[in-house]
Amino acid sequence: MAKLLMEGNQALAEAAIHAGCRYFFGYPITPQSEIPEYLSRRLPQVGGVYLQAESEVSAINMVFGAAGTGARVFTASSSPGISLMSEGISYIAACELPCVLVNVQRGGPGLGNIAPSQADYNQATKGIGHGDFHLLVLAPNSVQEMADLTIWAFDLADKYRNPVMVLSDGILGQMMEPVEFSEEIPEPPEKPWAVTGASGRKRNIINSLHIAPEVLEARNLKLQAKYAAAKENECRCENYLTEDAELVVAAFGSCARIAKAAVEEARSQGIKAGLCRPITVWPFPEAAVAEACKNARACIVTEMNEGQMVYDIRLALKDRIPVHSFGKMGGVIPTPNQILDEIKKLEVKPGV
Amino acid sequence: MNHELILAGFGGQGIMFAGQLLAYAGMLEDKHVSWIPSYGPEMRGGTANCSVVVSDKEISCPIVTEPSILVALNMPSLEKFEPSVQEKGLIVYNSSLAVQPPSRNGIDTLAVPGNKIAEELGNSRVVNMVMVGALVEKTGLVSMDSVFAALEKVLPEHRRHLIPLNKSALEAGAERCK
Repeated sequence: MAKLLMEGNQALAEAAIHAGCRYFFGYPITPQSEIPEYLSRRLPQVGGVYLQAESEVSAINMVFGAAGTGARVFTASSSPGISLMSEGISYIAACELPCVLVNVQRGGPGLGNIAPSQADYNQATKGIGHGDFHLLVLAPNSVQEMADLTIWAFDLADKYRNPVMVLSDGILGQMMEPVEFSEEIPEPPEKPWAVTGASGRKRNIINSLHIAPEVLEARNLKLQAKYAAAKENECRCENYLTEDAELVVAAFGSCARIAKAAVEEARSQGIKAGLCRPITVWPFPEAAVAEACKNARACIVTEMNEGQMVYDIRLALKDRIPVHSFGKMGGVIPTPNQILDEIKKLEVKPGV
Repeated sequence: MNHELILAGFGGQGIMFAGQLLAYAGMLEDKHVSWIPSYGPEMRGGTANCSVVVSDKEISCPIVTEPSILVALNMPSLEKFEPSVQEKGLIVYNSSLAVQPPSRNGIDTLAVPGNKIAEELGNSRVVNMVMVGALVEKTGLVSMDSVFAALEKVLPEHRRHLIPLNKSALEAGAERCK
């Protein structure tokens, strides 16, 4: 298939259709509104349903219902809208229903602004809703990955019967790059647990209420076993020029693109720098992070937030080397030169 | 070859479209390309700019902070971005609105009376295409044939009747630099 020049949001939306998704429920919010705009036109063309709900709370509960029937379904929003969805997401995870959630992050907290941000990392990877559950969280860094990781997200959601989030941001959502879609459309697995009318079979019940603590504990243990399997099988990380790197920059998503430019400039100036880019931010690729830093004297984590992934990097490196944080907040985007300056500071004093 | 551009002007001057057209033309030539908009919530007025990278190698950072080429369609944009242009870089500016020429040494400049040329063509709204035409002729960033081919792809269906006007504007801009 020929390359297309597409916005990240549009590429993501088209990828969902390629993955066999035919249902989208959402509510507009910048900088993700190109997703519902695109799908409002595209889904009816392929026999799907696009529905603009009256609120994010309503949209996530529509996703809940559609996922219960076994349909491939997704929703997209941006930071404040995702917060509104958090109760529904917990219910979906508790009921073990597959769906895809997209957060095109913007500056926060509160209403914040419409500039790109990565300030929802902790929310996505650790605290999206109440109770002991996790999303699987994928962090694209290009328009091509907006498409590829979305298709993977649908597969993971079905495989683990769990909501999967694509953690994007305003840069990735609105930038245009060439993108290619493979002709191959994956076949979703059978879903014998779905509520489809129960004719000729035992009825299926989808429920997250378990009054007896022992019963609820058993449910939780089942969820935890699933998360352990995801940790074992699904971690992805891209390490770049890390083999001999003495200073490693860790970054995810769009910020990793900026960090990559800084690392390349550092190399051209004779500094042995490398880049470690977690692609799954939950499960967190601890082994790959440790591998990236095996020869490093120090690591610096650059993020468009106050320093959130830095704690996961520290856990992965077990305090073996100093791990510094360089973050920009409120929708401010760091420049390659600013990151290069941080690398140069470490070149002199890795431990400070 | 690695061109990092900022195109800037008022909202409504067609900055975003001009940038997309260059990125698309680059893609048609099998180059690595990226385009990123930067603007406020308003539809018209305000300031708008976009980053475009056209490169022979994979693009690390798609956000341009120090452009090798600045295309400025009005005075505030020229004033805002002139200091960030790389040494030996190029500024192409719309001298119809940016009446004060760039003052920096060590950079190349090209003044194009964009609005004047566009008005001569009978439509002041194609000033963006005049500027792209001049830029392409001056730099060879992409070929004019690729820009024409991109025009067919980037313009939505209901705007296809404007292709001849846009082509004339591109050619008029290019003519200015010959």
